[in-house]
This record gives sequence, C-alpha cells and structure tokens, in this order.
Amino acid sequence: MKVVAAMSGGVDSAVAAARAFDAGHDVTGIHLALSRNPKSYRSGARGCCTIEDANDARRAADVIGIPFYVWDLSDRFHEDVVENFVSEYAGGRTPNPCLRCNEKIKFAAVLRRARALGFDGVATGHYARLETGPGGVVEMHRAVDAAKDQSYVLAVLTQEQLAHSLFPLGSSTKPAVRAEAGRRGLAVAAKPDSHDICFISDGDTSGWLREQLGASSGPIVDTSGEVLGSHRGSFGFTIGQRKGLGIDRPASDGRPRYVLDIEPVSRTVTVGPREELTVDHIAGLEPRWCGSPPAAALECSVQLRAHGEAHRAVARLRGEQVEVELVEPASGIAPGQAVVIYEGTRVVGSATIASAGRRTAA
Amino acid sequence: MTDATSRVRRVAYLDHAATTSMYPEVVAAMTDQLARVGNASSLHGSGRAARRVVEESRETIAAAVNARPSEIVFTSGGTESDNLATKGLFWARHKADARRVRILSTAIEHHAVLDSLHWLATESGARVELLAVDSDGRLDLDRFSAAVERSPESVALVTVMRANNEVGTIQPLDDVVEIASRHGVPVHSDAVQAMGQIPLDFAASGVDAMTVTGHKIGGPLGVGALLLRRDVELVALMHGGGQERDVRSGTIDGPAIVGLATAAEIAVKGQPERGPRLAGLRDELIRRVLDAVPGAQLNGAPGDGRLPGNVHLSFPGCEGDSLLMLLDAQGVECSTGSACSAGVPQASHVLLAMGRDAATARASLRFSLGHSSTRQDVDRVVDAIAPAVDRARAAGVASVAGGRP
Repeated sequence: MKVVAAMSGGVDSAVAAARAFDAGHDVTGIHLALSRNPKSYRSGARGCCTIEDANDARRAADVIGIPFYVWDLSDRFHEDVVENFVSEYAGGRTPNPCLRCNEKIKFAAVLRRARALGFDGVATGHYARLETGPGGVVEMHRAVDAAKDQSYVLAVLTQEQLAHSLFPLGSSTKPAVRAEAGRRGLAVAAKPDSHDICFISDGDTSGWLREQLGASSGPIVDTSGEVLGSHRGSFGFTIGQRKGLGIDRPASDGRPRYVLDIEPVSRTVTVGPREELTVDHIAGLEPRWCGSPPAAALECSVQLRAHGEAHRAVARLRGEQVEVELVEPASGIAPGQAVVIYEGTRVVGSATIASAGRRTAA
Repeated sequence: MTDATSRVRRVAYLDHAATTSMYPEVVAAMTDQLARVGNASSLHGSGRAARRVVEESRETIAAAVNARPSEIVFTSGGTESDNLATKGLFWARHKADARRVRILSTAIEHHAVLDSLHWLATESGARVELLAVDSDGRLDLDRFSAAVERSPESVALVTVMRANNEVGTIQPLDDVVEIASRHGVPVHSDAVQAMGQIPLDFAASGVDAMTVTGHKIGGPLGVGALLLRRDVELVALMHGGGQERDVRSGTIDGPAIVGLATAAEIAVKGQPERGPRLAGLRDELIRRVLDAVPGAQLNGAPGDGRLPGNVHLSFPGCEGDSLLMLLDAQGVECSTGSACSAGVPQASHVLLAMGRDAATARASLRFSLGHSSTRQDVDRVVDAIAPAVDRARAAGVASVAGGRP
C-alpha cells in the first residue's frame, strides 16, 4: 500500500512508520502542524505541536529513509478540536480532544487529503489492533499492552476509516517499542511520552479555559442546595473532581466532597460525598458502530474514560440513543466523554455520554 | 521494480534559487586551499601565503562586480550581509544624527532584511516603512519618492532588493538610488538572486552597500560578501580581531573565499550567454505550463522585467505543498517559494503584497533555473505538472469538505 505515516515527533509514531516501511509499504512521513502559532505552544518535548517535535519527526523520517512533509491542518484543528473543546466545557461537559482529533483530523481530514493525493491509507502510532472479521468487517481490538491501549480514543472511527488505517504497534508493548526505536537508531527512543492536552502548553486546563471563556463566577452548593462557596468558572470542574474545589468549610461528616453536577446556565456546581457519584445507568448519543449495531441487548464491557477500567454492562440501542446498564457501577462519569462498548477485546461501538444516573435510589 | 538501478531517481532540479550546484572549478580550488595551513592574519610565511590567496580572491570578486577590492567585506552569506548592512547603517546614521529614525524598504524583501528591520523597530527605535509594490511585485516609485520627500532628513537608510527571490521581479534600483542620493540617504540592496543572472555593476549602481552570496552563483554555502563603499560608516555586528575593515571580525575563511571568487568569476563571465539561454528556457516553461494547466497564472513581471531563471506560478484550487510533494515523487524538485517555519507553509508575504489572496498565495510554486538547467528539465516539469495539479486540486477540495472520507 501507498500510505502516509502521521509522525508526531514521538517514539510511537516513528516506530510505526518504520514498521510500515519494513512491511513493504510505500511510506511517506507527514507531520501535522496543528498549532496556528507553533512557537507559543509547548516548550518541552512532551507535546506534538512544537517546532522541535516537527524536527524530531523529520529526523526519524531521515533515519527510516522515507520522504517527509509537513501538512498544515491548523485551521481545521482549531475549528474542529479546539473550538469544540471550549464549547463543550462551556456547556458543562468534559470533552476528549484526542478522540475528537482522531475523528475529525487524523482519520478524516488527513485521510481524505491522503487518498485524494493518491495514497491508500494512513498509518499511526496508536496502540490498537485491527483484524479482518467475518464478512470482511474490519474489527478493532484492544492493544496487547493494556496500559497503552488507545482503542478508546479510536472507537469513533467508521468501517470506511478503519479500512484505510494501519496501527503497526497494536501487538507490541511500549517498552518493546522503545527498545526497537533504540535499535533502529531513532533519536526519539528516550523521548518522554506526551500526556496532557497538546494545545494547552502549561497543562493548566482550567486557567486556559478561563482565558478563552472569561471568568464567570457561580455558586458551589451541596445536594440540599446550601451554598458552600463560589467559583470563577464552572468550566474549571469535571464530574468526580475532588481537588481544587476551594471550599473553606469541611463537610459536616468530615468526608471529602466531589463534584456531582455542573449546571452551565446558572453556573451551579453541586458537590457531595463519593457515593453520590456512583451510577449504574448511562445514556449515550451519536452512536458509532464498528461493524453492525447490536440487534438486541448486548452483554458487554464498557470503558467510560481514557485509560479507565472496564465495567461489565448491558448495552441496548433505543432509537438514536444507546442505553447502558452497568452491572458493576461506576463513579465520576462525566457527560461529554465517550462510552466505548467492548465484547471481549473487540470494539463494538461508542457513543457520547449525555447523562449518567442511578436507576434506583441507593 | 526490484532492480536497484530502477530505483535511482532521475531528478529534475528546479530550485536553483534556493541553492545551486557548485562549479567543478570551485570544488577544485577550494579543495586545493583546504589542504594548506595558514591564518591570513598571521605574519609568517604560511600566514602571508593565506593572505595572498584571500587578497587575490578579493581582487577577483571586485573585478567581477566592478568594485574596489577594499569594498569587499567577506561575511558568512546573504543573511549576515543583510543584517550587517541594515543594522550597521541604521546605527551609524542614527548615531550621527538622532533625527534619522526612518528606514524605507519594500513589502517584498527577503526575511533577512524584513526581520532585521522589524528587530530594529522593536529594539532600536527605528520607524520602518515597507512601501507597496504593484501587482507584478515592482516597487511603486511614486510612493517611494513621496516617502523620501516627506522628510528626507529623518531617513536613516533605504534598502531595496535588486530582484525578488520569490517572483523574480527586478526592482527599479537606479531610480531608487537617484531619489535617495538627492538627499544623501544611503541605499542598501540585496542582490543575492541577481548576481550571475543579470549584469551587476557596483560602482555604476550608486548603491552604498550590496549583499551577494556564494551558493546562489555556483560557489560554496556559508560565504558571501557585503559590497560596501569605502566612505560609508557602518557599526560592526561582530567584534573581535578586527578583520575586514573592523566591520566583520572573525578568522578569514580562505578556502571559502577562494571558492566564492572562483564562482563569481565564472558566473559573471558566463552571464551574457547564460542569461538569455535561461530566459529562453524560462519563457518556454511558462508558456508550456500555462498551456497545459487551465487556470494557472504567472506571478511577477513578464519578460525582461524578471530574472532569467525565475518561474513563479499559481495553480488556484491547489495547496502548493501538495503539488510540491506530488512533483517531488516524480523527481521534479521545486519550491513553494515561501517562508517556512518548521516546514509549515505560510502564505507568502510577497504574493500578499502583490495583491494575491491567501489561498492563491498558498497555491503557488517557484521553479528556478540555473547554470546546469536544460530543456530536459523543462520537459520534465511540463510532463508532470497537469496530472499533479488535477490530483492536488482534488485533495484541496477533499481537505476543505466536511464529513467522512
């Protein structure tokens, strides 16, 4: 195949490109310029948006021996990922920008452009496995390295997108990939992993959001409605958050309090004890199916946040909505995140969490 | 396909304005000099021998550009010469008369000039006026004249390039010098792209300082010169051993300078033949690409108004970097001709100044010819360009469209 390898400047995408090349593909390395002002973003080597990262990617391409270009997708990224991120927080939800970037940029804008330019697909350094299932369906499975598994942030991809995707690292562990990078003479072998949101340079998400949205104070209340304090913007909170609530008074029972609810119109943040966070019912919108949708109630496991644990559950498709009953309850479930449905290691589909609650009062 | 020889790419190199290949004579002369020991500032025999080679090179270059040997200040290349001229002239002129704060230039200068001026504006109190160009990229002389006349005593210097590096448009430097010299305002000109392509006569130009560099004329990278009239005061950027009239300290790079001199001699001597030959190839390339690609547009002045080696075209509906990649895959090497930071294509400030919109500016390629260019290179572009444009246009549409692939 003639493929573009998306190279962030990190170790994973470099090894992925090298493996695609070794597998006999005609590989062209591309680095996605996602920042409109690359110098202002990360100063360290952890992100994927700095000039240093672009140079690291270029050096890796040199070592592998493949052509390399930079594709400027900064406008699309800003529109589809950054603006969406801001508006989701403004709406009291907790978005996952990596998932959004995969959905809108890496496996959409990049793939469309690549195919129009005569490429057959895109290879990335994501940790997930693709297999051909019954009837030629492209199945996506969890990566062998459970700690690195990224199927959660790829679960939005359609069959059409997956049919043109390569994930050469899915069957490897991260230490093995690092070791291989060293053997291949890739200078990024020891480069630290990126963790935080690439477009927030100092990792201070709520400070960054305050810059974007302006401070907008509101009350912090308990479940009885009693006002416990105030905040400078409801976007600074995520369901399940415990630290940084800024409440002076301890709870009457002395136990820690958690964010239970964010109401963006009145900017009310409700806090309460941990058990109030526990949910066993989730409603998801905009479902995507990796193959056909489940015809009936599906016994499955679900993952509710990136790197979150799997919960046994039963999922049903009701109209345009996915309803998930958790056999094992979960806590701290934030609307805006994805619920990803697995059957064993296989991704069945995903949806955006619209609401989470308890069927029966505790 | 598995045959190793079939994988050797035949390359049509059409990026001579970025850098051009060294003449074999240059390689030979440099190689010879590289083997000799001697610091041109040393007083012993080896030093004197090195000095002699450097001074002979200086004389060779002076003869090639019609300057005096003492007017050649060796530097590390075009960027350093531009920095030295703009900053050095500004500081000296401003120090002599504090009213001199304005720098008049054009909106289409190379970044080595533009960014130096920007720095002077933010760090040294300069007021920079970047004057407009017409749709061919030629300085608007009326506006230039008006800018000088408005308050000539406040003008520290004028800097106008000899010919533009992106679109190849030759600037009306004689008129610029005439207007500036009425008021004793010094003129610097970046002639990096012009040397070897069109005649260059430093003495006759009336310019006070002129930037040239080796690697655009068949010489080595990393060496250039500022041609600087003897009566011009300049504040140094580099301090140290006092080499090069105390204007540019640093151990003199004999081998590089020999290479520069050898290239200058060949480039200038061959120019009367090379210029028309390249202009013929240029016009053929322009005509055939415009015929082959509907909607393609030439940027920059036509005919004698542009450098003989410069072809700059817009292909509306394409991203220039997509086109470049597709042509590169076919072994046709050209440039988007625009400033890059981390390889990220920005819309060219030159094309924007010429009134093109950002999309058209990004849809542009520069093909530049040089001493080794042949008709086969032109044929290769013409064969590859139409399918590449079709594909890049499809990709452009795909990139803009929403939805799934």
